[in-house]
Amino acid sequence: MRRVALFAAALLTASVLVFALLRLLPGDVAATIAGIDATPARLAAIRAELGLDRPLVQQYWAWLTGALGGDLGTSQLNGASVSAELGRKLTVTAPLVLGAAVLAVLIAVPFGVWAAVGNRTALGTGISAVSQVGIAVPALWLGLVLALVFSVQLRWLPAQGFPPVGWDDPVGAVRSLVLPCVALGLTEGAVLLRFVRSAVLGVLHSDFLRTARAKGLTRGQALRAHGLRNAALPVVSVLGVQLATLIVGAVVVERVFTLPGVGSMLVADVGNRDLVKVQGEVFLVVAAVLLISLLVDVAHRLIDPRLRATRSGAVR
Amino acid sequence: MTVLLSVLRRPAGAFGLIWIGLLAVAAIVSTFWTPFDPLRTDPGKAWLLPFTDGHVLGTDRIGHDQFSQLLVGARETMVVAVCAALVAAVVGLLLGLLAALGPGWVSGPAVGLIDVLIAFPTLLLAMVLAAVYGSSLGTVVVAIGTGFGVAVARVARAEIASVRGSDYVLAARVGGAGTARIIRRHVLPNIAPTLIVQLSLVMALAVLVEAALTYLGYGSSPSSPSWGGMLHEQQAHIAARPLLVIWPGLAVALTVLAFNLLGDALREATDPRLAR
Repeated sequence: MRRVALFAAALLTASVLVFALLRLLPGDVAATIAGIDATPARLAAIRAELGLDRPLVQQYWAWLTGALGGDLGTSQLNGASVSAELGRKLTVTAPLVLGAAVLAVLIAVPFGVWAAVGNRTALGTGISAVSQVGIAVPALWLGLVLALVFSVQLRWLPAQGFPPVGWDDPVGAVRSLVLPCVALGLTEGAVLLRFVRSAVLGVLHSDFLRTARAKGLTRGQALRAHGLRNAALPVVSVLGVQLATLIVGAVVVERVFTLPGVGSMLVADVGNRDLVKVQGEVFLVVAAVLLISLLVDVAHRLIDPRLRATRSGAVR
Repeated sequence: MTVLLSVLRRPAGAFGLIWIGLLAVAAIVSTFWTPFDPLRTDPGKAWLLPFTDGHVLGTDRIGHDQFSQLLVGARETMVVAVCAALVAAVVGLLLGLLAALGPGWVSGPAVGLIDVLIAFPTLLLAMVLAAVYGSSLGTVVVAIGTGFGVAVARVARAEIASVRGSDYVLAARVGGAGTARIIRRHVLPNIAPTLIVQLSLVMALAVLVEAALTYLGYGSSPSSPSWGGMLHEQQAHIAARPLLVIWPGLAVALTVLAFNLLGDALREATDPRLAR
């Protein structure tokens, strides 16, 4: 319960920050929209239309109550509803992020455990070295290289775009998401792998695992019965942070593959200086990140009975 | 000095240090001299393959010498990495000190601010600042420095808190030392190793974010070559000249790897618990 209150407080602070970042600092939003050669009458019209002539607190309150009700305002350029457009774009971005996250876990968990168990053997060192390289490779470049191999050379998958009819063409939609998912998933999986490895390494040296071995379990049995659940705690935390990075990574990868998702929308809106839309999109991303960290805490409690037994926040 | 030697003794650390040293040299040299003018277009020399007419890495569609562009790109990358790390150090130290040592009415909000700011992805922060102020090298540096500075602050706060609770700080306080003196004499020297490791990781991330930002078109200026900008430029011709996409990406990957390996080596060299 205390955690939910903290989440609400953080969300509120974040909304103030996003609002302030886009409203207080730049001087005059209307001038930004209208451009340098705007007439005073045009500026006044824009101010009135956006409610900029009202006090800041009132503007903020109107925006916040709208945002909480799911209305993020309307675009300054074409008057379209920001929420509706975001919903449409999410049908591309959400599968991309989720697919990449699943792929990252599928790579990181088995190979990370393997690298930890085989620590200081050729195999473990090899996996670690490959993951170091994977962390260093930018997702956008991996995307380009994948497109080069699988689209340009082999012609298996499309290098760009998304079916105009969207998910009404399921095969086409999945095919255009494969390479972006792999580009994101591999690079994030490499980061996650390092954390899985160090978590499992920590567990392997723990007293309770030695006790389990002393009872007569093999190393594999002991690890499965006692080790992995303990190693899962830090990994779940990192996975939460990773989901946040994946959302941002999607911004870049969507541009590489020209996918019509939230990332491409954000880049275009920043280019157009459509500040109302940018404000809504940024708040959505930050809210998603905060929500994920709340869910991570809940997941911790599900995995670790010790956290359930004590009062929230008392044990770390 | 001993730390430097111990980093150089590890193969991974030596690679990191040498590659970053080379980049620093390239960044400085490119200020005075590049094999060709990186911005000169020459249609007569378009699409040259590597090692023709003195173009080590070849030329692109309009005759830009790729090696010269990479050198100038190294300058932008290094400037962003170093400046962003400095900003991150200042932001991280200030917030960390406030959160760990400030009176209750300061430390509470500082901790809260760190928790909320951590939810702001750095790339997003940079894009927002670019939308508001227009894109420039300064915007990129401030955004990356602040974004990762908050993460540094979280680590710094934990470190400072553990130093504050130590017996030698208590002894100093009993001896009449004020907060400023304790920070200078005890806190800063003790958290310096952790901070330096964190900053080398910040530099690695800064290189990645800078590449993404310049790829998206938020770099210093469209006319100045950057690694991300080169990737963006050559993407359209990937089928005709795949190699032109390989060079800048390889440069980014090697640089990030170098900073990460240097960070690991520094950690091993300065943390006695990790010494074998």
